[in-house]
Amino acid sequence: MDVSMLQRTYTDLLTSLFREGILNQQFIELQQLQDENNPGFVNEVVSLFFEDAGRLITELISNFNQQAVDYKKVDAYVHQLKGSSASIGAEKIRSVCQTFREYYDKNDIQGCYNCIQPLKQEFMTFKSKLEALFALEQQIVAAGGSIPMMRH
Amino acid sequence: MGVGGKQLVSVRKKRWWLNRTALMVLWVFISGLIWVGLHLYSRRDSMQKAEDNLVSMCNDRARMLQDQFAVSVNHFQALAILISTFHYEKHPSVLDQDTFAYYTAKTALERPLLNGVAYAQRVLRSEREAFERRQGWTIKSFEGTPSPEKDEYAAVIYSQETVSYIEALDMMSGEEDHENILKARATGKAVLTNPFRLLGSNHLGVVLTFAVYRSGLPKDATLEQRIEATLGYLGGAFDVESLVENLLRQLAGNQDIVVNVYDVTNASQPLIMYGAQSTNSYQSPSHVSVLDFGDPFRKHEMKCRYRQKVPIPLSAITTPSGVFVICMLAGYILFAAWSRYDSVKEDWRKSEELKLRAEAADVAKSQFLATVSHEIRTPMNGVLGMLDMLLDTDLNLIQRDCAQTARVCGKALISLMNEVLDREKIESGKLELEAVPFDLRFLLDDVLSLFSSKSREKGIELAVFVSDNVPQVVIGDPGRFRQIITNLVGNSVKFTKRGHIFVQVHLAGSLYQCISLSEEVESLAKNIQDKMLVDTFNYTPNTLSGFEAADSTNNWENFRLLLNEPCSGLNASEHACKWTSNKVTLVVSVEDTGIGIPVHAQDRVFTPFMQVDSSASRMYGGTGIGLSISKYLVELMGGQISFVSRPHVGSTFTFTAMFQQDENIEFGDLHSALVECLPDDLRGMNAFLIDGRPVRSSVTMYHLKRLGIRADVATNIKMALHSISGQNGLQRTRKQLQVLLVERDAWDLETYSILLDQLEELKKKGLISETPKTILLSTSELNRAELNLYFDMVITKPLRASTLAACLQNILRLKDTRSLSGKEKENGSASALHRLLDGKKILVVDDNKVNLMVAAGSLKKYGANVVCVERGRDALALLRPPHDFDACFMDIQMPEMDGFEATRQIRLMEGNEKLRSLGPTTLEHSGWSSWRLPVLAMTADVIQATYEECIKWGMDGYISKPFDEEQLYQAISGSLVSNSNASPVL
Repeated sequence: MDVSMLQRTYTDLLTSLFREGILNQQFIELQQLQDENNPGFVNEVVSLFFEDAGRLITELISNFNQQAVDYKKVDAYVHQLKGSSASIGAEKIRSVCQTFREYYDKNDIQGCYNCIQPLKQEFMTFKSKLEALFALEQQIVAAGGSIPMMRH
Repeated sequence: MGVGGKQLVSVRKKRWWLNRTALMVLWVFISGLIWVGLHLYSRRDSMQKAEDNLVSMCNDRARMLQDQFAVSVNHFQALAILISTFHYEKHPSVLDQDTFAYYTAKTALERPLLNGVAYAQRVLRSEREAFERRQGWTIKSFEGTPSPEKDEYAAVIYSQETVSYIEALDMMSGEEDHENILKARATGKAVLTNPFRLLGSNHLGVVLTFAVYRSGLPKDATLEQRIEATLGYLGGAFDVESLVENLLRQLAGNQDIVVNVYDVTNASQPLIMYGAQSTNSYQSPSHVSVLDFGDPFRKHEMKCRYRQKVPIPLSAITTPSGVFVICMLAGYILFAAWSRYDSVKEDWRKSEELKLRAEAADVAKSQFLATVSHEIRTPMNGVLGMLDMLLDTDLNLIQRDCAQTARVCGKALISLMNEVLDREKIESGKLELEAVPFDLRFLLDDVLSLFSSKSREKGIELAVFVSDNVPQVVIGDPGRFRQIITNLVGNSVKFTKRGHIFVQVHLAGSLYQCISLSEEVESLAKNIQDKMLVDTFNYTPNTLSGFEAADSTNNWENFRLLLNEPCSGLNASEHACKWTSNKVTLVVSVEDTGIGIPVHAQDRVFTPFMQVDSSASRMYGGTGIGLSISKYLVELMGGQISFVSRPHVGSTFTFTAMFQQDENIEFGDLHSALVECLPDDLRGMNAFLIDGRPVRSSVTMYHLKRLGIRADVATNIKMALHSISGQNGLQRTRKQLQVLLVERDAWDLETYSILLDQLEELKKKGLISETPKTILLSTSELNRAELNLYFDMVITKPLRASTLAACLQNILRLKDTRSLSGKEKENGSASALHRLLDGKKILVVDDNKVNLMVAAGSLKKYGANVVCVERGRDALALLRPPHDFDACFMDIQMPEMDGFEATRQIRLMEGNEKLRSLGPTTLEHSGWSSWRLPVLAMTADVIQATYEECIKWGMDGYISKPFDEEQLYQAISGSLVSNSNASPVL
């Protein structure tokens, strides 16, 4: 594929991510942190997030499936997840976490439980989209193009 | 629970109320008792007095009666002596019945108590016949019959006329009299009979009997001797009733008391001698006085009592009643006070409750504002990001315009929210000023640079001038000072389309001195001005840009005075220093030639959310909250803000602010983020400025002076030509003239070319070593390319000392290691952050790996050397004082040990360590910073409470996650020491 086409696809994808509210401003900030000294920064951070969040969600689900649910622990997991998602700009995951914690604060266990599925769903979506984005990025780099930067 | 509590309260209240009433009833009762007590007391008292009175009256009467009686008895005895003298001593007797009657009648006055007296001779049985013969009558008994045979008789021989009926009676025939006679004979004293009704007056009376003895009877004669010596008996009837009656009549208080006299010889059966037996049932207190009538066999007494019941004195009613009324009043006062106290207490409790609620509401409001603004900011960032991206795509003109408008609006919304948050902080009084040393000139340069793009766009003159006697470094709150200036200048920029914006800073002392001085000159100057106005059509006021300014005190005439003032001004400031220790009051004025403020709106300029009218906000944007914040900040700095404004002429805002001045501060000690280090390799250079406007040239001179450059001024190129090539004494300057600065409006191609030729020629002649570099000063970017042809450099105003220095270094090919890249100039906070963080070793603590990585990445971007740890405990292990880290960013919510606790422990360690190794050498060597690590909290929620909590636990500030460039800068600029040594200084 042509580099410019790739770049165009990249921009479109990224724009759609923003439009759908999957990503927010913070992701752009993150991209800006990436420079020649630190070329794979975004990739690294997001991979770390996949790993971390995946683990947290698994723990969360397994915790919920237990007989005696340790809600304190659950809340701590969600807090962690919320922090990480805010840091990388995963807006939808963050907002689900937010909702979860609101339910938690209101002691609405059913509400919390209802959040688990969307959370998992959002994470899967986020992961697949971001992975696609990174794949594109690599293709662009491989084709010798530069990654289009979003303006602040 | 709530309901129960309420009931409890109401029950308690009821009981309390009952209690109080019960107490009041009790009080009334006690008062009644007091009344009764007092009444009884005073009654008893008056009774006592009456009794005492009675006693004394009774005793008086008894004594007088006794005296009178004694007097009578004395007379009686005198009679006895008379009889013994004239009847017995004389032979024959010279006394007969007529003489006796006559005498006794004449002397009856002397014996008012005695009805009459009679003398009975003792006649023995043997002598009876002889006696009867001699007298010529027979002795009769009381029955009127001749007396039967007896041993002896007592026949009355002499009698007073009043009792003449007893003549010839044998006194011994009456039982009473017989007994009396015997007693009188035995004792030789006057003896009384029982009281009885007297024959004549039917008054109660007694008979007094006195024995007459033969002369020569010894005093201590025996009974037999006395009987033997008895010659006769003198008797008299005492009319006791009339006696007492007379007596009482003479005495006061006669009506009030009843007097009874008794014969109490037989104690069980007192015989009344005087007075009626009391018949009324009332037995008033009485007093008994003993009477001694000189009769050893009889006892008499006087009994007195009040005739009527002693009246209750009025005072016994009024006094207790008065006391009762007083008690009632006192009780009422207490009761009222108590009720009042209760109601006030209740009110206070209510108000306290309301206050709590109000405070809670206030807190809720703050929370709400913080939360909402935070929540709005996040999506707004998304909106702005999207707009940015949109603007990068291919858009047609209309679309682009729309997007740009939306972007501007979004930014305005964000800044509005910041202002609202600020205002919120101010209202809740949570705003506190810091005291940090900072360089005023540098700060002002910075602020003006912010507005440089706008001023260039509009082509308005933007300049700052700081008076020489303002200290280089003052101590205050640079952030807030900047906020005020930014607000004022921002307003000016917004509302000014042409002309100038001029920021001036002077010392208060010298300014006022100058103004008072100038007032004298003013009238004169005005005259001249007027003349000029008339004379020359194209008169321009002598201000920065030539446009008229609102505040006439800011014109060139005054300004010149201020410039020429430095000596006296310095004196003034010295005086000020002496007077107010180390405080300096600065007067800052921001003058613009904008649209001005309509007169009708001038009084509500400082009211929040007030713009001149809604059209203004539509036209110029903004909320009008800024000025109210500025006013508050100025007041917080101990100053005042005021303004002069003339519509369509301009406005001048002037404020004063108090700062501390510390002469001991060395530049090296300062946080160089706040103090500018100007290069000093330009020092001693010579420059020449061509500028037609004195005020503007002063500003340029001010910047040059800060760089240590000497400069001469000419008002136009011709003059410059003249003075450079001329003969008059500019040799030295000319020789070393290195820079020629020309204002845009003083420049024209023709004369300028001549000047350049001239300079070239001079160089050829060797009069100048080198052609001076030429710089054009311009307010706008217009025709820049064209002008670049004629000058070595074109500087677009506003002037800034550091920019000027950089340009000069550039054109003079001086070694410039401080790269002033275009980007850096544009992006203030990023470069500042870079300066702050470059090479710094920073510890980031966060349990969230992703967050940690992002935070580290952000800091690394600005050149920091970042170390990451995931747990508070690990951080503590790394942070052993003296610290080799420059700062620590700490997440608050962490498992095991949270950020607050970790900070607390760090501070604890620092404290201990510092105490342990506190010595002058170590301190001097390492500075305080290695003993106190700046710790900044990282948190997702940014409400005031969090900030306070951070400070409470010993943190230096907080940064909200994810990092925002500006916020990061604000948070760390206060606590981090910028490494001036990391970036080479020229």
